Amino acid sequence: MTASQSSGKLRAASGRSVAADKAATVVLWGLGGFVLLLLGLIILHFVIASVGVMSLSFIFGDPSESAVGGVGPLLFNSVYMLVLAMLIAVPLGLLAGIYMSEYAADNRVTATIRFAEEAISSVPSIVVGLFGLIAFVNLTHWGFTALAGVLALTLFNLPLMARLSEQALQAVPQEERSASLALGATKWQTIRHVVVPLAIPGIVTGIILTAGRVFGEAAVLLFTAGVGTPIHYNFFNLNVFDDSSPWSPFRHTATTLSVYIWKTNSEGTHAAQISQQIGDGASALLLATVLIFNLGSRFLGRILTRRLTAA
Amino acid sequence: MTTKTSDDETLTEAISAEPAALPPRIVVAEASAPAAPARAGGTPKVGAENVNIFYGARLAVRDVTLEVPEKSILALIGPSGSGKSTFLRCFNRMNDLIPGARVTGHVRLDGEGLMDADVSVVELRRRVGMVFQRPNPFPMSIYDNVAYGPRRRGASDKAAMEALVERSLTRAALWDEVKDDLHKKSGLSLSGGQQQRLCIARVLATEPEVILMDEPASALDPVSTLRVEELMRELRESYTIIIVTHNMQQAARVSDRTAFFNMGEDRAGYLVELGETRTIFTNPKNQLTEDYVSGRFG
Repeated sequence: MTASQSSGKLRAASGRSVAADKAATVVLWGLGGFVLLLLGLIILHFVIASVGVMSLSFIFGDPSESAVGGVGPLLFNSVYMLVLAMLIAVPLGLLAGIYMSEYAADNRVTATIRFAEEAISSVPSIVVGLFGLIAFVNLTHWGFTALAGVLALTLFNLPLMARLSEQALQAVPQEERSASLALGATKWQTIRHVVVPLAIPGIVTGIILTAGRVFGEAAVLLFTAGVGTPIHYNFFNLNVFDDSSPWSPFRHTATTLSVYIWKTNSEGTHAAQISQQIGDGASALLLATVLIFNLGSRFLGRILTRRLTAA
Repeated sequence: MTTKTSDDETLTEAISAEPAALPPRIVVAEASAPAAPARAGGTPKVGAENVNIFYGARLAVRDVTLEVPEKSILALIGPSGSGKSTFLRCFNRMNDLIPGARVTGHVRLDGEGLMDADVSVVELRRRVGMVFQRPNPFPMSIYDNVAYGPRRRGASDKAAMEALVERSLTRAALWDEVKDDLHKKSGLSLSGGQQQRLCIARVLATEPEVILMDEPASALDPVSTLRVEELMRELRESYTIIIVTHNMQQAARVSDRTAFFNMGEDRAGYLVELGETRTIFTNPKNQLTEDYVSGRFG
């Protein structure tokens, strides 16, 4: 209110920085909005494109060689391999992250480990796939199996999970650790009851990013889990050592949804129009699954934080 | 964990400083001669003898010797960089957490050396609690904040825990303000002054004997500051308190004895003078102290 009484100089000087401030706000909001718009358009596209295809029989049904059919076994494979890959990557990655963040000294060795973690997780996936082919398919004499695919995925998932866990733990303020230690808690109690619970949102972000790669990955799995003609799965066959049981990690040719999209759209197995329909439907389904997984992870993360801090 | 439960070495280990063996230094404090305790019958609860603290190669605190009588408040005052907070942290070995920090000399609790290799820092920190400069409650409920320390020691009886939480919050003069929101509200949702009292309650719940306070009111408004000071005067009835403060009025208001630290030319902090608070503020022996308390530097 006293601004009008101030000299013109004062107003002019602040006028420029205020304009720059406003410009920055507009540009940043604009860019943010643009990214959201793109995401919205992608989702909208597949929602509309999948309208004629999406149905319960598409989601859960068996694939057909002539018609659109369903993607049930492929969706199952995606989820199955995701769960298996996360069972390996999350505990090991979290423990590695805890070690790197809370125990390891800051020296050239740990700097090298960090560099390696980041380098491995950004190796082109086709290279990881070829390595997996040699290591988990040929050397083991397993052939193309679900487990080979999972292990190949772990090659770049585990370092990523370890690095992201470490960053999440590092982001917990030092004061929280000091407060806990000063109250007579041991180092492990401090990690268990303060540091990890406070890092859970960041750890969940790590899980989501890692899981997103499993869902989306096709190149790695082509050479490890294999691409094959999808078959009907008998989910009542609970013998995990039987090659025909969908629950067996050693079963051959575990084609995932992403790989199936690639296959139907590149190998000309179906008529072009049918391939397109399968692609649209499967893509929409993949998006929905990822969305459900991400929201579910956030929700569970919040419950977990509450449980851990109250114990 | 190795935990010494008795203080049987207390008497045999009691202070036996040999001033003649000490190198010349500026320290004029009562040093090894027991200072006239502010409260009758006060026996030394904690003591430091020839304590040097290094950060890497740099000497941060030089040759400090002092004692704190039981159930009294000692204020550490002095300009920034005089090593007060660093010195405070040798009483609960928080300096252990700083890479490259090294403490030499003797620090004792009830006469028992607390820097020995076989001392359990976990047990030590239960007996010597700490309140930090910035209120740092955990992002948990008020109840969980107070129960944190006892739970880490395996306390699980629900009724006993509830009583302990209530007692601790009452002693910290916070109970009436939060008793209806114990589980509903996060410790972080409280005001700054309430958060600091919550941190004090959290320390009290571990049933310590000594409480270290590192500028506990410097981040608080004047009203909250007075409340915390009032609280300190009450806690003095049961606990031995060492407080670091930049606020000389605060030192004068709450403490029984005051230690004045300064930064030497080698940038190491040292103890200039230790005495009864009234003496330090009205009739100090050292010119530096007089200059500092009268606001001429620092």
